[in-house]
Amino acid sequence: MKQEPNLAPGHLPDNGPPLLLSADGVTKSFNGVPALRNGVLKLRPGSVHALCGGNGAGKSTFLSILMGILQRDGGDIQVDGREVHFKNPRQALEAGISIITQELSPVKGMTVAENLYLGREPRRLGCFVNHGRLNAIAAELLDRLGFRIQPTSLMSSLSLAEMQLVEIAKALTHDSRILIMDEPTSAIGQHETELLFKAVRQLRSIGAGIIYVTHRMTEIFELADDYTVFRDGAFVESGAIRDIDRRHLIRQIIGRDAASQFRSVAPVTVKREDRPLLETRHYACGSKFGEVNLTLHPGEVVGIYGLLGSGRSEFLQSLFGLEAGVKGELRMNGEAVRVRSPQDAMKQGMALVTEDRKGSGLVLPLSITENIAMSSLDRWSIAGFVNRRQEAQGVQEMVEKFKIRAASVNLPVQYMSGGNQQKVVLGRWLQTRPRLLLLDEPTRGIDEGAKQEIYRFMTEFTSAGGAIIMVSSEVDEVLGMSDRVLVFRRGFPCRESRDGPLTREELVHLAA
Amino acid sequence: MITNTSNVALTTPATGSESAPSLSRRQSTMTYVHQYGIIVAFFLLCVGLSLSSEYFLTPKNIINVLRQTSINGILAIGMTLVILARGIDLSVGSVLALSGIVAASLATGETPQPAWVAVTAGLGVGLACGLVNGLVISRLSVPPFVATLGMLSVARGLTYIYSEGMPIPDLSQSFLWLGQGRIWQIPVPVLFLAATFIIFWVVLNKTVFGRYIYAVGGNERSARTAGIGTKKVLVAVYGLAGMLAGLGGLILTARTTAGLPQAGQSYELDAIAAVVIGGTSLNGGVGTIRGTLFGALIIGVINNGLDLLGVSSFYQQVVKGCIIVCAVLLDPARRFRD
Repeated sequence: MKQEPNLAPGHLPDNGPPLLLSADGVTKSFNGVPALRNGVLKLRPGSVHALCGGNGAGKSTFLSILMGILQRDGGDIQVDGREVHFKNPRQALEAGISIITQELSPVKGMTVAENLYLGREPRRLGCFVNHGRLNAIAAELLDRLGFRIQPTSLMSSLSLAEMQLVEIAKALTHDSRILIMDEPTSAIGQHETELLFKAVRQLRSIGAGIIYVTHRMTEIFELADDYTVFRDGAFVESGAIRDIDRRHLIRQIIGRDAASQFRSVAPVTVKREDRPLLETRHYACGSKFGEVNLTLHPGEVVGIYGLLGSGRSEFLQSLFGLEAGVKGELRMNGEAVRVRSPQDAMKQGMALVTEDRKGSGLVLPLSITENIAMSSLDRWSIAGFVNRRQEAQGVQEMVEKFKIRAASVNLPVQYMSGGNQQKVVLGRWLQTRPRLLLLDEPTRGIDEGAKQEIYRFMTEFTSAGGAIIMVSSEVDEVLGMSDRVLVFRRGFPCRESRDGPLTREELVHLAA
Repeated sequence: MITNTSNVALTTPATGSESAPSLSRRQSTMTYVHQYGIIVAFFLLCVGLSLSSEYFLTPKNIINVLRQTSINGILAIGMTLVILARGIDLSVGSVLALSGIVAASLATGETPQPAWVAVTAGLGVGLACGLVNGLVISRLSVPPFVATLGMLSVARGLTYIYSEGMPIPDLSQSFLWLGQGRIWQIPVPVLFLAATFIIFWVVLNKTVFGRYIYAVGGNERSARTAGIGTKKVLVAVYGLAGMLAGLGGLILTARTTAGLPQAGQSYELDAIAAVVIGGTSLNGGVGTIRGTLFGALIIGVINNGLDLLGVSSFYQQVVKGCIIVCAVLLDPARRFRD
């Protein structure tokens, strides 16, 4: 085996158990553009290994090579001490490597059990699916993992989080010893996350190695044993999590000291005579969310925390006119208003950044320009004709403000990284000159650098007299960014924590 | 190859502006091939045919091809709007027949109505059918395939009821001019096609409405969240497609000198073919009207060329089918896009 000069001293003693996976000096270029210059990763059996790095650090390329989706240009990859060259994902799977990605690929018309064992169903007489046995083994697996999902339910009847759990269970059906998890918690709530962590720890205890990719620092420090950092396509550092702190890790990932992570301004002191920007009274929506009584003043950030299905997203959607059957009163600047459509909401100065960037935020095949201009074309047109000059100017303003990095503003947004995509959405809404920003998971799935920029923007926005309602499932984000926190719980009126700082534990407790 | 391209695109922008130029070059190469590949294919086809038949490149034949292309071209332009908005309109052939027969009934008899009355009625009937399609699809959430399949049958039925199954001949001279007249030697149907092309090129490329069509087709939920009145856009798109089918009906009626209740059967398929050959994605949001024009021209030239070469019309259908599939298969931009 090669020397590892970059490893922290004391890590990986020579006499430890043999490595499950060892990659060294892995390189890959696309048409002469290097995407991965030096991929290094040593995975010990019975460990959770966090692979960290911003968007474009080369993680995805590296993982694609491990899974046989791409072939490397150079370097060594050894599984159980043997050199491997996977030509396709099937070979990787046979060697005991499986992956759980952010992109779900369920067959929605089939049951959970059928999805779990797709292509490997237990059979009768070689050609008939043995449904009894299929459901039994699926039930046994789900039960063992503690996932409360019926194996006979249709995939299409499950929530996004439940589908993610099924996807995780599916990876486990392959009896893999090396499991790659690429942002497995990006779409699921606190409770499901805990179940997932339990499953991961269980796997670790039976000697499996887990490569865990996430942008969430909290998860890394809660779950991982080892870490490896990539930056700009190359290995930077690796070591044991217990030897480092958050600050150190963030510095390694973004390559510089992180500025103050969350909001730097002092909490707003609301004067009695200030008119609230938004008030809701007895505001509720059928079975979706309980009563919300919220008063929001200019300059404030109200955080919303709640589990999946608590109605937190639906609350934002309803304010923006996207939910039917809302009861109660909504006041903007002291006047009662009715918001029946996004157009109405925009007239009231609202803007909504949805949690599903690709599904309900962007129009992926359209360019940066077209996506940013979309909501401001009424202003940037004369008699129905687009005023290209005004448009280009407005778009350029946003590209500069948010430091959107792209070769050209004519680039379809589907080819951009998550962070840059999110900036496009924010840019679009900022151009409508909103006073109230509704942000649903604004930093989901984006890298640390872009996160910081979004936090900075939020601070700037409220300093200029805007107000923000932000839904987030990251406890630290909610606590760090908000002046107050609303806690949503399914079937209950929402609660507001106004007095004194909350702790993480209190918040999670309130939501459960 | 497929994964390579997408990965470059995914990783390059994030690494910063240093490596950006290579992406932009790639991007523009792909766009270039995508936009001009169809035009190159069209001219190669023309060169091939002019070598095999000396008659092909004569002015008379060229005008002939253009005239034969005009109705399908007009229908295909309407179909482009619909497919860009991620829909489909199967009813254009029937709507064309209904508009034609209504216009014919007004332009015939002892004292025919003036041509403009017949024209307005024909366009109005087409527009009305299209608006019904649009309302059923956007307000009642019926899938476009089903809604327009229904209209295909309803409009055809109404055509037979209205005409009692009989052709309506003896049309006024001024009406016949629509199909048979010429201005500076150019047949009027060709001028209609040119005008339609220019108008809708401007609509799609220069207007807010055009932008909204791309947005609604690219992702209806996102468009709605962005404050676009998606339902209005859809109603307008189907309305326009219906009106263009009406225009096609007027021209066809005038060319055949009679309103025929069975006219326009399976015309929707040729229109869809032209749009698809022209590179518009059936997934919505991606495509150009110029591509559609060349798609229609390619179909026209193939029909004409095979006629000139003496290939039986039965074989022509086989050839056309193969070309539709190959056009999509060979479209280099398709892989990049998917």
